[in-house]
Amino acid sequence: MKKGVMRPGHVQIRVLDMDAAVKHYTDLLGLIETDRDDQGRVYLKAWTEVDKFSVVLREADEPGCDFMAFKVVDEPFLQQLEKDLVEHGVDIENIPEGELKDCGRRVRFKAPSGHTFELYADKQYTGKWGITEVNPEAWPRNLDGMKVVRFDHCLMYGPELAATYDLFVNVLGFYLAEQVLDGEGTRIAQFLSLSTKAHDIAFIHHEEMGKFHHASFYLETWEDVLRAADLISMTDTSIDIGPTRHGLTHGKTIYFFDPSGNRNEVFCGGDYNYPDHKPVTWQAEQLGKAIFYHDRVLNERFLTVLT
Amino acid sequence: MSDAFEITEQCSGNRFHCEPGQSVLKAMEQQGLKCVPVGCRGGGCGFCKVTVLSGDYECGKMSRVHVPPESRACGEVLACRIYPLSDLTIECRPREVAETATQQTTTKSMR
Repeated sequence: MKKGVMRPGHVQIRVLDMDAAVKHYTDLLGLIETDRDDQGRVYLKAWTEVDKFSVVLREADEPGCDFMAFKVVDEPFLQQLEKDLVEHGVDIENIPEGELKDCGRRVRFKAPSGHTFELYADKQYTGKWGITEVNPEAWPRNLDGMKVVRFDHCLMYGPELAATYDLFVNVLGFYLAEQVLDGEGTRIAQFLSLSTKAHDIAFIHHEEMGKFHHASFYLETWEDVLRAADLISMTDTSIDIGPTRHGLTHGKTIYFFDPSGNRNEVFCGGDYNYPDHKPVTWQAEQLGKAIFYHDRVLNERFLTVLT
Repeated sequence: MSDAFEITEQCSGNRFHCEPGQSVLKAMEQQGLKCVPVGCRGGGCGFCKVTVLSGDYECGKMSRVHVPPESRACGEVLACRIYPLSDLTIECRPREVAETATQQTTTKSMR
C-alpha cells in the first residue's frame, strides 16, 4: 500500500443473460443485491464488505471483464496517483462521480496486458451486511448459497507481463508475492499484492490481450469449499476443477463458471506475506504442481478457457 | 429415450442421444464422449464450436466474439448452446482448420 492503493474495490463483469447471472451470483455464491441503475447494471456485495458494492453485472453480447477497480486511501493520494500514471506515460480517463451509483470519481487506465483498471477513493459506506456495527454478531443468519465472505482478487491473462509489473509495482505500489519463471528466467505468472494477502491481482502470460480468467471470492474454511462443491452439483452449475489445492499461494479452491461462461473461484486459506518476505518462485517445469498441487497435471481448460 | 434425437459427430463417427431441451454438449458429456472439447458450458469461451451440417435446432445466447451473426447463419455455433429439434449431424474440427459450412441448417428461434 506504499502509494495509497488500498485494496480491490469492485469488478464489472459482462453477462449474456442478466436474470440468470443475478440468480447465480446471489442464490449460489451468496452475494447480496444492493442496487440497480438506469443502464440495467446490477450491483452486488459480499456480506463482510463495508462499501455498497464490489461486483457490478452488465448485460452484453460477449462475456468477460469490463474493468477491475482498486480503492485508494483518500482523494489526495488519488490525485498523486493520477499524476504518477500520467508521468509514467499511461493514458487516463476520468469517470465522473455517480457513473457507478454512490461511487466517487474513478481514474481509468489500461494496463499493458490489455486490461482496464480503475482507481477511486470514495464509495458509500453501508457497513457489513446483516449485522450491527456495535456489538456485532458473528454472521448474519439469512445468507444464501456459498455465503462468500468477500470479493478477493482477479486473475487476468494477457501479454506484456514485464511492463504490467512495472506499472503495478513502481507506480501503484503493489509488491510481487509469487511468480512463475520459465527456463530463461522470464516471468510467465505474477501474483501481486497490496496487503498481507497472497494476491490482490494476478497475471498469467497469454498472447491475446485483455482476457479474463476468473474473479475470486473468499471462504473461511475447507469445509466451506466442500459445501460450495456440493452446491455446484445440486444446482448443476458448470464446474471447472476442484475441490483441490494450488501450489501457487497454497490456497484451497474450487473453480466453476457463471451462466455466461465467466470463471469464478471460491477458496480458503493460502499464504500470507509481510514486507520482509521474499517473493515465492515456481519453475515453469513444475507448473502442473504449481497450479494443481494434488493432480500435478495441468488441464488444458484451465489454461485456455477464458472470456 | 423415445423422444431423443440422434446426434452424429462426423469427424469421430460418434453418435449419441440428446433429449429435447438438452444441449448437445451436455448430452455428449453425459454419455462419456469427448468428440467436442468442453469449456465453460455457458456460451462464453468458444471452446465447443461445431458446424451443424444438417438438422434443425434452437440456439441459446452465445458470445458474439465466438459466434458472430454470419457464423451463426451458416451453422457455426457452440455445442453448449444448441438444442436439437431433429436429428443433427455436426462436425467438430480442430479450430485452425475450421472452415465455412454448408447451408442446410436453420435456426428456428432464440432461447
